[in-house]
Amino acid sequence: MRINPKTPRLLIGVTLMVSIFMLAPIGLSVMAGLVSSYSAGIKSGLTLRWLKEVLDVYGSTITWSLMLGLLCVLGNLLIGVPCAYALARSKSRAARLFEELLTLPVAVPGLATALALILTYGHMRDFRQSFAFILVGHMVFTLPFMVRTVSSAFQRNDLLAMEEAARTLGASFLQRFLGVLVPAVLPAIVAGSLMVFTLSVGEFNLTWMLHTPLTRTLPVGLADSYASMRIEIGSAYTLVFLLVILPVLWGLQAIGKLIEKHHGT
Amino acid sequence: MELERTRIQITACAKTYADGTRGLQPTTLTVEPGEVLALLGPSGCGKTTLLRIIAGLETPDAGGRILFGDADVTPLPVEQRGIGMVFQHYALFPQMSVAANIGYGLKIRGISDAERTRTVGELVDLVRLNGLEHKRPADLSGGQRQRVALARAVAVRPKVLLLDEPLTALDAKLKESLRDELAEMLRRLHITAVYVTHDQQEALAIADRLAVMHAGRIVQVGDGEALYRTPTDPFVATFLGRVNRLVRTPEDRSLNTMSFGGLRVACSASQADQTTLLVRPEDIEVGEFGSGWGQAMVTRRSFLGDRIQLTLATQTNISLNADVSRDHVAKCGDIVGIRIAPERLMPSLEPS
Repeated sequence: MRINPKTPRLLIGVTLMVSIFMLAPIGLSVMAGLVSSYSAGIKSGLTLRWLKEVLDVYGSTITWSLMLGLLCVLGNLLIGVPCAYALARSKSRAARLFEELLTLPVAVPGLATALALILTYGHMRDFRQSFAFILVGHMVFTLPFMVRTVSSAFQRNDLLAMEEAARTLGASFLQRFLGVLVPAVLPAIVAGSLMVFTLSVGEFNLTWMLHTPLTRTLPVGLADSYASMRIEIGSAYTLVFLLVILPVLWGLQAIGKLIEKHHGT
Repeated sequence: MELERTRIQITACAKTYADGTRGLQPTTLTVEPGEVLALLGPSGCGKTTLLRIIAGLETPDAGGRILFGDADVTPLPVEQRGIGMVFQHYALFPQMSVAANIGYGLKIRGISDAERTRTVGELVDLVRLNGLEHKRPADLSGGQRQRVALARAVAVRPKVLLLDEPLTALDAKLKESLRDELAEMLRRLHITAVYVTHDQQEALAIADRLAVMHAGRIVQVGDGEALYRTPTDPFVATFLGRVNRLVRTPEDRSLNTMSFGGLRVACSASQADQTTLLVRPEDIEVGEFGSGWGQAMVTRRSFLGDRIQLTLATQTNISLNADVSRDHVAKCGDIVGIRIAPERLMPSLEPS
C-alpha cells in the first residue's frame, strides 16, 4: 500500500488507531481459541485441542449453515427474481404497498417474526422440527434484499427498451424473461445472491427462536458454546467460523466479479 | 436480401391516455409499399405514439384500424405483427455477440442453425460489420451499434420496418454521415419503412415522403420539396426551414399588398385576410439600392461557411434575416436594396 506523502500525519495516525481498535478484538478472539488456557495467557502454550473439540461437537452446524445459505439463495432466485420483475413493471399502489410489506421483516425484530412463524406453523411438528422451518425464516428475512436490488435493475430504461425490442422480434414472455432480461440484470442478481448468502449464514436473531436441539446453525452453536462451554472453545468456534466463511465469501465474490466482467455492460 | 413490400393503412387511429390526455388525434395515413415515410415533428407531437401504435406496442382507441397489405393487424400483439423496429438507443442485448443479436429473432422463430448462420452472414455483409461478429455491443462505436440494430430488425424479414429516432444518440458529425448511409441502406432493402424524427434535415435526407405532425395530428403530408416550397399550413412553413415574419399595415391589408423598405408588392388573392406573411431567408434578394428595390440597412453579417446570413433593418420591420452567397459584398452598416418575389410570400394563419 502506498501512502500519498501529502496526507496529513494526523489522518494517518487516526486511521491506524481506528484500525487497531477494530482489529484487536478479532486477533484476541482468534488467539483465545489457540492458547491452552485463556487465564494463563500465551505462556500456557498453543494448542489445536479446542478446534478439534469444536469440530467434534458442532461440526454439523457448519454444513447446515452453508446448506441453508445456498438453499436460501436458490429460493430467492426462484421467488425473488420473478417478484422483482413484477414489482418493477407494476405501477399500481398495491404493488408499492406490497414492497413495503416485504421490507417489514428487516425492520421488525427477528424475535417477533420468529414468534409469528411459531404461532402460525408451530403445530406442524415435522415442519417445525426440520431445517425447512429455519429456511422459511431466513427467506422471509432475506427476500427484500434480493427483490430490491434486482427490481431496481429491472426498472432501468434500457431494460424496458430491450424488452420491447425482444417483443418486436417475436419473443414470448418466457423467452424474453430468461433469454434477455435475466442475463441483462445478472450482475444485480449476483450481488443480491451474495448479500442473501451472507445474511443467511450470519443470521442469529430469528434462528435462535426457530432452532431445535437437532436443527442448529453456526451462529446458534456459537452462542451455545459461549454460554455452556469454556471460553477457549467459544473462541475456537469463532476461528472456525472465520476459516469457513471467509474463503466461501471470497470465492463467491470472485465468481461475481468474473460474471460482471464477462457480462461487460 | 429481398424483402416483402407491404402497404400500411392507418385509419382513424387515436390515442387517449389513462389520465384523459389525447396523445394522438384520430389519424388516417397510408404508407405505400416500399416507401420510406418520415413522421416529423417537435417532441410531444404524437409521432412516437403513432409509430408505437403501428408496431403494436400501444393499442389505439376503439375504432382505429391498422392494415398491413390486406391483413387487419389491429388485434395482433406486437410479437405477431411481423415488424422490425430500430430503437432510439438501439436496445441491443448487451450479453450477446453481434451475430447473436442479429440472429435473435431467427432463433426465436426456430430457424435451423445453418440457415441462421447464412442469414446473419448475409446481413453482416449488408451492413458492413465484417470481422465484428463476435464482439459485444459495448465494444462497438455508436454507428456500428446502430447498424447491428438495423440488421437485427430486418433479419426476421419483417413486413414493415419502424425506426424511432435511430440517430438521436449520435454526435452531430457522425449523424450526418450515418444519415446518408442509412438512407442508402433503406433504399437497398426496399422495404416499407416509417421513420420518426424531430430533425428536418434527417427527414428530408432519408424519407420519400414526410408527414409533419403538430399537437397530436398530421398537418401535411407530401414529399420534402413540396412541403418546403408550398406549405399549406403555417406550422409546416416554420418547422421545415426558417422564416421571417412580415407584419402588414392596415393599408397593406386593405389593398392586399405587402410593403417593406418603402417598396409595395401585390399579394395573391388568397392572402387577403392575413395580418402577417412569412418569407424564407433565402427568398429575400439583396442587391444595390435603386428603383424597384426596397431599402434596408445591414445590422449584422454572420459568415456561416457555405453562406452569409445578413440581418437587415427596414423602417417597418426591425429585423429580417436574409441568406446570401458567401461572396456577397454587403458589409455591416451598408444601405442595401431588398426584393421579394410575391409568390414566395407564405400565409402565417390557416385559411379561415
